[in-house]
Amino acid sequence: MSELRTGIAGGGGQAVAGPAPSNAPAQYRQPVLSARHISKSFGDIQVLFGIDFDVLPGEVHALIGENGAGKSTLMKILSGYHQPTSGKLHLDAQEVILPPDGQAEDLGVVLIHQEFNLAEQLSVEENIFLGRELRRGWFIDHSAMRRQTEELLAHLNVDMAPDATVASLSVSQKQFVEIARALSRKARVLIMDEPTAVLTPDETSAFFEQIRLMRERGVGVVLISHKLDEVKELANRVTVLRDGHQIITTDADELTEDDMARHMVGRDLSDMFPPKNEPDFDAPLVLEVDGLSVGTALRDVSFNLRKGEILGFAGLIGSGRSALFEAIIGLRQRTGGITRLNGETVEMTALDQARDRGIAYLTKDRKGQGLLLNDGLKVNLTLFALRQFSNKGLIDDTLEDAALERAIRRFDIRVRDRSVPVGALSGGNQQKLLLGKVLEIDPNILIVDEPTRGIDVGTKQQIYNFIAALAAEGKSIVLISSEMPEIIGMSHRVAVMRSGRLTGILQGEEIEEHEIMRYATGLKSQGTADATGGTNTHADHVA
Amino acid sequence: MQTMSRKAAAIGFGPFDLKTWGPLLALIGLMVLGTALNTSFLSEGNISNILTRSAFIGIIAVGATFVITAGGIDLSVGAMAAVISGVMIISMNALMNVFDSASLIIACGILLSLALGLLAGAFNGLVTTKGKIEAFIVTLGTMGIFRSLVTYFADGGTLSLDFTIRGAYRPFYYGDILGIPVPVIVFAVVAAIGWVILNRTAFGRHCRAIGSNEAVARYSAVQVNRVKTLTYIVQGLCVSLATIIYVPRLGSASSSTGVLWELEAIAAVIIGGTVLKGGSGRIGGTVIGAIMLTMIGNILNLTDLISNYLNGAVQGVIIIVAVWLQRGGWKNKGQ
Repeated sequence: MSELRTGIAGGGGQAVAGPAPSNAPAQYRQPVLSARHISKSFGDIQVLFGIDFDVLPGEVHALIGENGAGKSTLMKILSGYHQPTSGKLHLDAQEVILPPDGQAEDLGVVLIHQEFNLAEQLSVEENIFLGRELRRGWFIDHSAMRRQTEELLAHLNVDMAPDATVASLSVSQKQFVEIARALSRKARVLIMDEPTAVLTPDETSAFFEQIRLMRERGVGVVLISHKLDEVKELANRVTVLRDGHQIITTDADELTEDDMARHMVGRDLSDMFPPKNEPDFDAPLVLEVDGLSVGTALRDVSFNLRKGEILGFAGLIGSGRSALFEAIIGLRQRTGGITRLNGETVEMTALDQARDRGIAYLTKDRKGQGLLLNDGLKVNLTLFALRQFSNKGLIDDTLEDAALERAIRRFDIRVRDRSVPVGALSGGNQQKLLLGKVLEIDPNILIVDEPTRGIDVGTKQQIYNFIAALAAEGKSIVLISSEMPEIIGMSHRVAVMRSGRLTGILQGEEIEEHEIMRYATGLKSQGTADATGGTNTHADHVA
Repeated sequence: MQTMSRKAAAIGFGPFDLKTWGPLLALIGLMVLGTALNTSFLSEGNISNILTRSAFIGIIAVGATFVITAGGIDLSVGAMAAVISGVMIISMNALMNVFDSASLIIACGILLSLALGLLAGAFNGLVTTKGKIEAFIVTLGTMGIFRSLVTYFADGGTLSLDFTIRGAYRPFYYGDILGIPVPVIVFAVVAAIGWVILNRTAFGRHCRAIGSNEAVARYSAVQVNRVKTLTYIVQGLCVSLATIIYVPRLGSASSSTGVLWELEAIAAVIIGGTVLKGGSGRIGGTVIGAIMLTMIGNILNLTDLISNYLNGAVQGVIIIVAVWLQRGGWKNKGQ
């Protein structure tokens, strides 16, 4: 009982789960899990066409493709959640039919979902052993589980109390719990769906370490990611899917990030970002924020926004960018500071007041704060601007229908059946619907928070084009993003935040990755006096 | 052909959506059963009796549909009805020393009832939203408070309305307009207004949005606390309307008035197809649910097959079966 069932305890940690990693070249190694000619249809719609995919022990095999390319379906087939319509799966060269609902974990094939599968109110230890608790007679063997959990966590180099409730952990810690859980189940194939989407850069690098560790121990890792730089950094091999077809499977060394992107969309993406149309230097200031504070979370933030400008907000996750704008538009209580709209001091204490003044906010949490996943497209589209669709107090159905028709055309929302709940749409289509929803009020100021999180390259480009077109129309845009290329490629000026303070506003040549990082990490700061980046302009304006 | 139409119904396309028409089908089934057991079931008198009796629970359940759709729950409605009845009776009796006109006294009683319903609903709503306490706990608390208040006012016994007022007040329950009993008319009007508000106004849409996902509602500029509080006020007003037509029925109130009404109201809402965790509400279903609950008792009265004492048991079975059918539990059988 004292022996760790994963087989990875035992002193030096040399013992490995599954077959030892071989130094033999990849082509001579036998795959742990392989899929041959996998096809899958849902009803009449075929989503996968004859895919060959295998995972070698001790490799990271990246699976990339646009949203709707079939990655998720393939991943679910590889882990038993779906059965293929045709084609076969082999585990250790033996043909298998993987059992459904995660039971394939017992065979060493573990899928870590993007939305974690953890019981929030249970402890780390209880989660790791959930469903296969160690027992002594009729009772749970608490001390054995505690000991093994401690060994596992120490082994993973994670500093975490086994009795901490999962609800109290950070997102990255929860991910480590998932990994520990997978390891405790002797995972030999670990399939991860966009594992870094919600991690900070620090957490991401710690996570990479874990993946490398797993690889050394002979675990085959399937990595699904939209971040091509990560794929480049971590993966040994890459498979690209497009529209359910396998485009290429090759060594990661042989593809540049541009190659990958090209294979994914089937065309050149050299012009990812539309050309910048900088506003006139003397364009009027539509929004001025002076000394805004929220308790200790945000301190003395000042900046301004011109008509027709795209103002980027860069910074590490948790630097207070979302909090800043939530405070401005009344979703969060402020403790100090002044907001001026078109030169007039206003106080907005609820979002409807901001909306009525022409400010729209696109949340970064599409599923938690953006869309009613169980409701239809129409209900979601009109919710923010519902008053516009009311006639003498009653909602006018035909106005709503017309709005949906318009939005579907304008934003290229691809949906076969308009009556489906929006939860059934792909991430890209959900995001386009969400953009349509906040634009229904025809705002003068649009705040977009991580507008391209978790969506594919093609849709990203569409969203960049929408944003640039809005700015060209004279709308003012605030672009909060953690994706550096997006900030650099889109913004006319870039404000950088760190720990609740605005550390600098960069323009022109200064808008460059290293410079932004220096402000974001605290190596550089312009000081509060200069941080408005427009103190003079501001003074002029007041005068 | 048959399989195809059944398939379409299961998926929810076409006019035969089980979620929408299920409660109505169940009601028709119950009526067929009632007629089979006793032919006098379908007599005008009996049907009118059923509708009149279902009006109390039905009116309260229309309010409960709003509360539940917005993700809340109100357990205090039965006790609220009792305490409003009690205060109405005490006040009307006392007003006899002030006014001579019985209609004036009744008008005062009605206004008082509406004011109390509004206040009690506002209290439930504000404590839930401003105090950030779960509605279940708040209304469990007010249920206890209201229930013990009526017991206290009645000094453990029964409060009786003075006979002179009782005579004048009688038509509010026993009267009819064009042959339709007054309670049935009130029930129909409340349900119709409720349907329009829930399905055709921004307030109704906001209720659904909040019940579906409160954070999304907040980020969509919905004034969440205001809308939630309003649902409890709507509920309180519905309780007071039900009380206004209930008081003339017996002319008295005691600690046993309105006992378990909250559960019957919630049951009517659930049988009608509203989802208990919020986000989708059906007034039409609620109306049918309330009628069905009354009809079960009525059928048991008309037949010797099952003891009337088992009324609650039959209702319980119907509630569970109704929800099982709505969740599509029957669909997985073949698969």
